[in-house]
Amino acid sequence: MLQTVLVLGCLLLPRLAHADDLASPQNVRVFDTPNDGGGSLTVVWDKAAGETKDGRYQVLLHQPSAADPKVIAEFAANSRYVKDAKIPWWTRSVPNTNHFITIRTGKGLELKDGTLYGVTVVAVSGEHRAPAATVQATPEPNWFNWNQINNLAIVIIFVLIVFGSIHVAKTKDIFLRRIAGLDAVDEAIGRATELGKPILYLTGAGDMSEPSTVAAAVILGRVAKRVAAYETDLLVPHRDPIVMAVCQEITKQSYLEAGKPDVFKEDSNFFITTDQFSYTAAVDGIMLRKKPAANFFMGSYFAESLLLTETGASTGAIQIAGTDSDHQLPFFVTTCDYTLIGEELYAASAYLSREPIQLGTLRGQDIGKACILGTIAVGTAVATVAVLFGVDLSPIIDLMRDLK
Amino acid sequence: MTFLRRQLPLFITFATGILFAAQYYVPHPDSELMLTTTTKWLQIIGGFALVLGVTSLFHLHAVKIRRQEAGWGYSFVLYAGMLGTIVIGLWHNGKETTEGVTTAFGWIYTYMMVPLQGTMFAILAFFIASAAYRSFRARSREAAVLLIAAVIVMMGRVPLGEHLIPLSGDVTQWILNVLNAAVRRAILIGISLGAIALSLKIIFGVERAYLGGGKE
Repeated sequence: MLQTVLVLGCLLLPRLAHADDLASPQNVRVFDTPNDGGGSLTVVWDKAAGETKDGRYQVLLHQPSAADPKVIAEFAANSRYVKDAKIPWWTRSVPNTNHFITIRTGKGLELKDGTLYGVTVVAVSGEHRAPAATVQATPEPNWFNWNQINNLAIVIIFVLIVFGSIHVAKTKDIFLRRIAGLDAVDEAIGRATELGKPILYLTGAGDMSEPSTVAAAVILGRVAKRVAAYETDLLVPHRDPIVMAVCQEITKQSYLEAGKPDVFKEDSNFFITTDQFSYTAAVDGIMLRKKPAANFFMGSYFAESLLLTETGASTGAIQIAGTDSDHQLPFFVTTCDYTLIGEELYAASAYLSREPIQLGTLRGQDIGKACILGTIAVGTAVATVAVLFGVDLSPIIDLMRDLK
Repeated sequence: MTFLRRQLPLFITFATGILFAAQYYVPHPDSELMLTTTTKWLQIIGGFALVLGVTSLFHLHAVKIRRQEAGWGYSFVLYAGMLGTIVIGLWHNGKETTEGVTTAFGWIYTYMMVPLQGTMFAILAFFIASAAYRSFRARSREAAVLLIAAVIVMMGRVPLGEHLIPLSGDVTQWILNVLNAAVRRAILIGISLGAIALSLKIIFGVERAYLGGGKE
């Protein structure tokens, strides 16, 4: 009998001792989540000694409208630390080892700005629970997102670089490497003039809010000026009526600048449809019927890119494409004579005009690119050294990660 | 006049450019409201601009029909299709189904628009084949590299290819994850910087060609 009691005692004692040891979460704080649009609270508390995945934490929210608190989250005790949160180092107000959870408006939960909420964090181990004292906070919206201050700093630095480069470009010559696709513009227009055939210019699928469409419209101005000088026909079918209206003005101005306003045709820019494949079918039809001698595909494109360029290739036209749609680049490269890849589309305006201001902007872009490549190289080197030699370089790696 | 054509648009561009660039850094609901309201206004303006587009379309094809230019029959089909769809659409209040029954407007969409769009999209398969054939003729060193890379990737992406050349699967992954991803990211960095630079040029009035050219 005594033996049985002793055995049972040995089995039960660790469990009872464990239940007694279960400490409530320490130093629990709740505050309005900084740098957000409101409707969110952040809860932090100290890391306890000996936290394992077997223990758990439960976070309960006391809403003014509900009698009982609502369980917001339950997770392993050795998880959800500040260091795991996607918060840059410069806005972290608590140590990296603290536990961290954000309660925000979502499915089945609404946190109203200006309303006081209570939060209780409970340590759970099996059937045992050790709650901390309930703490309260009010969610509020913020007027500035300090998490993005790195982005703002980089933008300001880039703006200064660009304007510095423009200033330099006004006094010094800037070397510009040859871009075969843009050198071929004159060749294409000349060929069309010799053959007495029109030139087809597409501005892509985007609207005027897309930089690539603006770039395409700017290049159209340069192309139209040369087309006007040769008195060649220009066809510019559009998918967006606003782009059409803008391009009409650009083309008209180009003809005026070329001294050929009488050659300008109001309907050289025309609208077809906003529908992707209807537009493609219509442009393919124009290619097959009018057989333009030169096709320009500038701007952003989707699945229609190959349908357009392959039809153009079948008519024997000289084709020049320029796009920032990286997923369509292979199609343009395989079917067009020349392709402006990515940033070359944005460089085209400077290349064709050779204005110092435009060239200075290009130089600024190159300096910005060099800075990014330098940062990538340093980050890669630091991460490699950390892995190879087992050195803790996490502060530098975290800094690079936050800077991205 | 120059003020209305030049200075005023440039000032509006500068002010709105700075305002909406700053909006990215302001998470307050008022800031979000400003963005969504402006987006709605843009959609409304876009709706009115469609009138411009349709007018252009009608005018262009009316001239073709009047002059009986080559292919004027297509213009006639366009007129018939467009006017017919508008009339039927108005007749059915723009509804594709009424009490579960497909209207004539819905029928046009389901049995004319969708198959026609599908047909255009399906042509892509043949065009990919013909474009690939022309590209893979190893006429230059670059084309030869393209051909070799394409053959490896094609073999690595189909079960039979990987069965015949077991190494092709790993090599394919390496080509896609290392070579392809690195080049793609490099292009994307260039594109992003180019787009930012162009946006800056537009906001600060350095690039004015979109206003209709001219340097004044």
